[in-house]
Order: sequence, then C-alpha cells, then structure tokens
Amino acid sequence: MLSLIVRRIANSVFTLVLISVVVFAGLELMPGDACTAYLGREGKGAALDACRARMGLDASPAIRFGQWASSIMSGDLGISTQRDKPITEIVGWRLRNTLVLSAVAALVGIPLAVFLGIFAGLRHDGPFDLAASGVALVAMTIPEFVSASLLIMVFAVGLEWTAGVVTIGYKASLPEMAAAAVLPALVLSMILSAHIMRMVRASVIDVFKSDFVLMARLKGVPRQQIIWRHVVPNSLLPVISVIGLTIAWMLGGVVIVESIFNYPGLGRLAVDVVGDRDLPLVQAIALLFGITYVITNMVTDIVALMLNPRLRTYRA
Amino acid sequence: MMLLNIDRLSIAAAAQGAGASPVIDDTSLKIAEGEAIGIAGESGCGKSTLLLAMMGLVKDGLRRINGKVSFAGASLLDQNDSELEALRGGKLAMVPQNAGTALNPSMRIQDHINEALRLHTRFSAAERKWQTVELLRQVRIPDPERLAKRYPHQLSGGQLQRVAIAMALAGQPQVLLLDEPTSGLDVTTQQHIIELLSEIRSQRTMTVVCVSHDLSVLAQLCGKLAVMYAGRIVEFGETDKVLAEPSHPYVKALVEAVPRLSGVSLPQPIDGSPPGLSERRAGCSFLPRCTHGDPGCAESHPPLQRLRAGHFVACRYPMLTAAPKIFSPLPVIARLTAKEPVLQLENVTVSYSREIFPKWLARRQPSQPAISDLNLELMQGEILSLVGESGSGKSTVLRAISGVWPLSDGKIVCGGAANEMERRRVIQLIFQNPDSSLNPRHNVAEIIAQPLRLYFGMNDPDVRASTTDRLAEVGIGPNYLTRYPAELSGGERQRVAIARALAARPSILLCDEITSALDVSVQASILHLIRDLSRSQGVAVLFVTHNIAAAAALAHRIAVLHQGKLIEIGTTAEICNLPRTPYTKELVRVARASSF
Repeated sequence: MLSLIVRRIANSVFTLVLISVVVFAGLELMPGDACTAYLGREGKGAALDACRARMGLDASPAIRFGQWASSIMSGDLGISTQRDKPITEIVGWRLRNTLVLSAVAALVGIPLAVFLGIFAGLRHDGPFDLAASGVALVAMTIPEFVSASLLIMVFAVGLEWTAGVVTIGYKASLPEMAAAAVLPALVLSMILSAHIMRMVRASVIDVFKSDFVLMARLKGVPRQQIIWRHVVPNSLLPVISVIGLTIAWMLGGVVIVESIFNYPGLGRLAVDVVGDRDLPLVQAIALLFGITYVITNMVTDIVALMLNPRLRTYRA
Repeated sequence: MMLLNIDRLSIAAAAQGAGASPVIDDTSLKIAEGEAIGIAGESGCGKSTLLLAMMGLVKDGLRRINGKVSFAGASLLDQNDSELEALRGGKLAMVPQNAGTALNPSMRIQDHINEALRLHTRFSAAERKWQTVELLRQVRIPDPERLAKRYPHQLSGGQLQRVAIAMALAGQPQVLLLDEPTSGLDVTTQQHIIELLSEIRSQRTMTVVCVSHDLSVLAQLCGKLAVMYAGRIVEFGETDKVLAEPSHPYVKALVEAVPRLSGVSLPQPIDGSPPGLSERRAGCSFLPRCTHGDPGCAESHPPLQRLRAGHFVACRYPMLTAAPKIFSPLPVIARLTAKEPVLQLENVTVSYSREIFPKWLARRQPSQPAISDLNLELMQGEILSLVGESGSGKSTVLRAISGVWPLSDGKIVCGGAANEMERRRVIQLIFQNPDSSLNPRHNVAEIIAQPLRLYFGMNDPDVRASTTDRLAEVGIGPNYLTRYPAELSGGERQRVAIARALAARPSILLCDEITSALDVSVQASILHLIRDLSRSQGVAVLFVTHNIAAAAALAHRIAVLHQGKLIEIGTTAEICNLPRTPYTKELVRVARASSF
C-alpha cells in the first residue's frame, strides 16, 4: 500500500518535470520573447539587446531553463514584464480566489450530486428519477454563459439579493470572497453535479444488479443496510475519478464563468496576460495549471486506492 | 409434515400476458426434514428460479402466476419483507453459484460472516469474532485468523466457495440451499467441496436442496433426485434408481451424455436443443427431440406418475428396461497409423514477467515461468488431450503454439508452414467461450468469410460456396448464414467458431476448453464433431480440458500438465488405468469417484 502511494507520487513528480519542459519549450518556440513583447515597436537594435541583457535572455535556452527551474524550486516565479511585480504575488491571490470558488462549488455540488444520484438510481425510472435526470440533462446542456445570465437576472436584477458581478478587489478578505463566489459557484455546480449525478445513478443501478446484492438479500440483510453497506460504497468507486477530473477542471480556471461575473480568479488572469503578451506570467500560469491537474489526479488515485481493495496489489 | 412444500408453482416473465409460457410450469415438490434433494437440468430449465422461490424470492422481471411454496407451514411467497429477512440467512440459507461475484468486493471476509451472525444470532460482538474464525475453521480454510482479514479477490475460487458455505452456516440453518456449489472450480477442488458438504451434513441435521447441471455432484450429495426439463420436473425418485434406470427419454439421454472414465466410447449427444421460452407449447416439451414419442404426446403435459416405489416419471411411454441404449456406441478408438509429427515443442519455456533489469542487478528473484522445459509432439491426425487445472499453464501452451505470446526459451517446429502467415493459417485456435470469441456485429456468413478472404484471397462467389461447405462440415445448414451470434444457441455458436477455424484449412486445431461453457448434451455433440473432423480431414487436435473423462473419451493420448510442467504423457489407456504420478492418480481417483 505505502509503496504504491510512493510510486504514484514519484510518477507525479516525473510528470511535473515533463510539464515544465514542455511549457518552457513552448514559449521558446514562439516567435519573439519577453523583451519584444515588452518593448513593442521599439523592440529592435540596442534597446532590445539591452533589455535582453537585463533580463538574462541572451544566455542559451538550456542555461535559462536551468535558472528558471531552480528559481521555481525556491518559490520564485520571476517578475511580470507588464506589471513589474513579482509573479508569486499576482498569481498567489488569484489562485486563492479560484480555490475559494472551486471549494464553494464542490462543497455544494458534489454531495448534492451524489445523493441525488443515489436516490435516482434506487428508484430508477420512477417519478423522482425522471425529474432529476431531466433537470440534470438540461443543466448539462445549457452553456454556462446562458445559465449565468439567467441567474444574474433572477438573483441580482429581479430579487436584488446580491450584486450581479463581483465588485471587490482581488485582495479582499476570505469571507468577502466566499460571499462573492456564491453565484458563479452555483453556475459551476449546476454543470458538475449534473455529470456526477448521472454517473452515480448509472453506477447504483449497475451495482444493484450484481450478484453480491442478490446474495445480501438472500442473507436476509434489510433493504436499508443493503443500500448503505453494499450498494453505495461500491457504486461510488467509479465516480471518484470523475469527481477528481471535475475538480481539476475547476482549478484550471473556468474562464467563461470568471469573466461573466468579473471574478478575480486564475482563469480571467490567464486571458488578460495572454492578451498583453506578459510572457513570464503566461509561463507561470501554464505551469500552475499543470501542477493543479497533476496534484488533483494524484490525490484522486490515492483516494481510489484507499477505498478500493482490488486496486491494491495482492501479496500471497 | 413436509418441511418445504412446493405446490403447483408457476412462475412466468412479468412483462408477458396471461398466456405467457412459464419459466416454472405447474411444478410440485415435497421435501421432508433431513432429506437431501438434488435438482438437475440443463441451462434454462428453470432450476435456479425454483431454488430462489424456495428462498421466497422471485427475481425482478418474473412473477408468480400460480401455486405456493411453504416452509414449515408458512407461505414464503406471501410473506412480507421483514418476515422473509428473518428467515433468509437464518433457517433458510443459500450458497450462491459463483462465490467470486456473490461476495462484496470491498468487504473483508470476516465482515461477510460477521454480518450473517449479527443478523441471525444473539452473539455479542466478541463472540461473533470468535465464531467467525470458528466457522472458517469448520469449512477448512487454512490459517482462518489471517484469511478472515483478506478481501474476496485475495482468495482462490475454492476458498471463496468455502467462505460462502461458512456464511450460510452462520445462521444455523434448517435448510441449506446450494446453487451449483462446485461449478467453475477445478476437479480436485470440486471433490474437496463435495467432501466438505457431505461432512457438514453428517455433523448437523440439515435439509439440503442442491441444484446442479452436473449429475455426478448430485449423485454424491443427494439421496433423491429431480430432473427438470423446460420448467417441469420430468423424473423424480431416489438418486440410485433414477441414475441406474432412467425412465424418461430425456433423463436417459442425459445420463448417456455424461463422459465417464469407464466408458469405451464417446458420450452420446441429444439431437436438437431445449425449447426456448417462446417455443414451448402444450404437450410434452421433449417431444421434438424424443426418439419414440407419438402425436398423442403433443396433446397435454404428461403428469408425474409413480413408476415403482420411490420413482416417478412424467412420460406416456416410460422406458422400463434398463439395458438397451438409445444409440449404438461408436467403435473403440482406432490406433493411430500416421507417425508424421506436425508440431514439435522442444524445451519450451514461457514466462509472463518481463525482466527489465539485468539479473545481476535486481535483488528480486525472477518469477516462476508459466511453463518450463516442455517437450511435446503432435502427430498428423492425432487427438492429444492436455489435462490440468486452472493455473497449470494449459492456456499458456496454446498461446505459445499459436504465436500470441513469445517463447522465453526453446523452439516450436511446425511442419508444413513456410512463413509466418502460413503458420498462422495452419494453426487455428478455438476458444472456450463462443459468446465472446465471435464478433456480435457480424453474421455467420461474414464470420466464416474472414479467414477465406485473408488466407486465400477468395472472391465473393467462391467465398459464398466455401462458407456453405464449411458450415455443412460442422452440421449447420445454409439457413443460418444471415443469423447473428446472439440468435444462435451455445452449441451452435461453438460450431460456427469451429467452422471459422476449418475455413483456414488448418493442419492443427488448438481447442481451449471448448466444451466447458456448454451443457452436457451439447458437449457430447461437440466431442463427436471434433472426432469426426479429425478422422475425415486428418487434422491434428490439441484438446485442452480440465475434464479427464472427456479427454479419455476423445483422445489418442493424454498429457498431464501440473504447475507449468508436463508430468505425464501416454496413451489414453495408460493414463487412465496406470497413472504413475500422484497428481494424475488423484485426477483419476476423483473422476472415478464422481462417475455413477
């Protein structure tokens, strides 16, 4: 068990190294560099050379990758060219905000989805299932900019419970940010819970047909115990990986939702920095997205490993 | 008073109307306390549905139309959930068909047994813990304290079956219902489970009802035997009498379809196949396959009538005399005349683990090869049977010969194959389960056409002619060409798989347990087919099986594989009469013990 987890972590570290190489190489291959982007039309001749010397861009790519990698290891992501601030400071707050948004969406959406899925699956093709599955299908199909607009219309314009867009700065306190995240989180959780609910439902129906559930009935296990001891634990196993992917998707910055609500998260920042060609920042954000994906997937795998005895290797 | 009483029970598909042909059709059976009753029949005859009804359960999609099942006076199918929950796993306990899938994969062994104890006994938690280990010890689980903490996937098939038995015994049942308790297990493991069950029965007073397709299992476990066909009991009586003097034509044919070591000939097949649910009509269901019925048999179902003391049969013309066989036996196997080897395995070793690091660098011991140092020759026109239990390396041998898996050492010489493509053509593999070896989206014509196009580059008119010929060789008419595998019976599917192999005009047929997914009567007909093909076309056959009786009936020579090594090889007579190694002796002993 322990060796499996260690191996999984080692795999993740290897993947991260690969990602950093790809991110670095990707920007190297693009025409121009941080200085041409920064200087714009003046980016030629002596000014360009001076800029390159100042930012250390005149060294060979291998050396620059080494410097970049080692500074990342010590927690320094470099300096933004357009914003003249340490990247860690710019990104740090946005990352926190995206984490807040994802957490609110996940805490609302995932338990809701799991319970709805279980109940829909237990009485499949009944009225509750038909209603829940129908709503889920609609929630999945509506694009987020439509559902976001509808929510703004109802809760901000109609009921005036909350502001339609986020008006606080990106350094606002945690409770303020959490309150601001409610409406965008609602949009996100509509999409994610629809997916997860349908998955849980299908899985519950499947497990209910299995031999061991029939055997539990033949053992005289009461229905409630069959559901909670035999059906639910086994039907959640395949759902874990979907939950992991969903969380990774949210942490990767949900560009459209953040833009509509003017939410100061990573997704909106990514769009902005690509727009003004702030290349060091682009590099840092791309790496950050990679890291969140790898870490969420790793955590998902380890959770699955702990819950599913069949995934652990068998020692005779 | 009868302990279990099935009274004119009919169960049919819930979706169909009143005229639906029932899965269980007007069946009655009385079981007294302490009796052991076997219910035999081929797949689809309704035996498992009947067993579940004795647990008060009718599966989703089915419904009771008529009749009742009573246990100690209480009508099981009319009780509410909580009354049934108290009985199930308590006084009425069931051992499931396949313990591997019937145990919750994310629960430890001890939790399974503890759950049964918690629901049906008054033991405290500490007592239950002790009882769990005690029950596992009773079913002869080695090192019960340690194995109790394992998960189902960490146990072998035989151990899982023992756990399922322990789980059933936890509630101290009055009636133990067994659903195919030994199917899917190795022959020697099968025998151990049977011995365990007989032992348990001698220690406790328990009524046993056992369902099986395997008459030899029932002969060893049960004093009385009921044989079912198409939802009805066609013969019932004391097991010895029924098996020694089967009087219903179906039961008689079924008994003769079982391969046995003492027989000198192949087991006899029953022509045709059991009627599907939609094909059942008034009158005797066996009539279309019966050799001596008359039109009168089609008028109504013959009732189960007393033939003699303790022997009942549902037939208008029961066969009273024991001796005459319906079919004349085939002559004893002719000696093999050809001496030309078509396939030679020399010192073949196959290992599944790939060593990435050099041996001197790794501290890990290299894993045991799946087969090691195997020498084998297959003669032209010979049927060589490879016998062994699961994990003995049988399938690995076939993979190595067919070239699916590379050899670690040694070589395989295939006479007559000049290049790799030619080798793939002359060696054809037939798989165990035709359900998964035929492409479900291809019809029979397309399935047979594939090898014809691939190996011979035939054009369409030639393909059509050849396809019909190949199908005719396996006894399937041209009206099957447009059917899909799902529209065929198990036996027909296996015939199509054989025809596909024949289409390549092979000189070697590799048969991987090709009869083990089939009913006995169908198994017998496939054995006949293989024998005839080998004779008429001179094909050499390597017939892999776990059933030494089937091997003995078919093969010229038998090779015994044990833990990846060839431990014994000889003519069929030598192996069956004078086994030399302890393992072969055990195999032969078990086969003899289970013949009736």
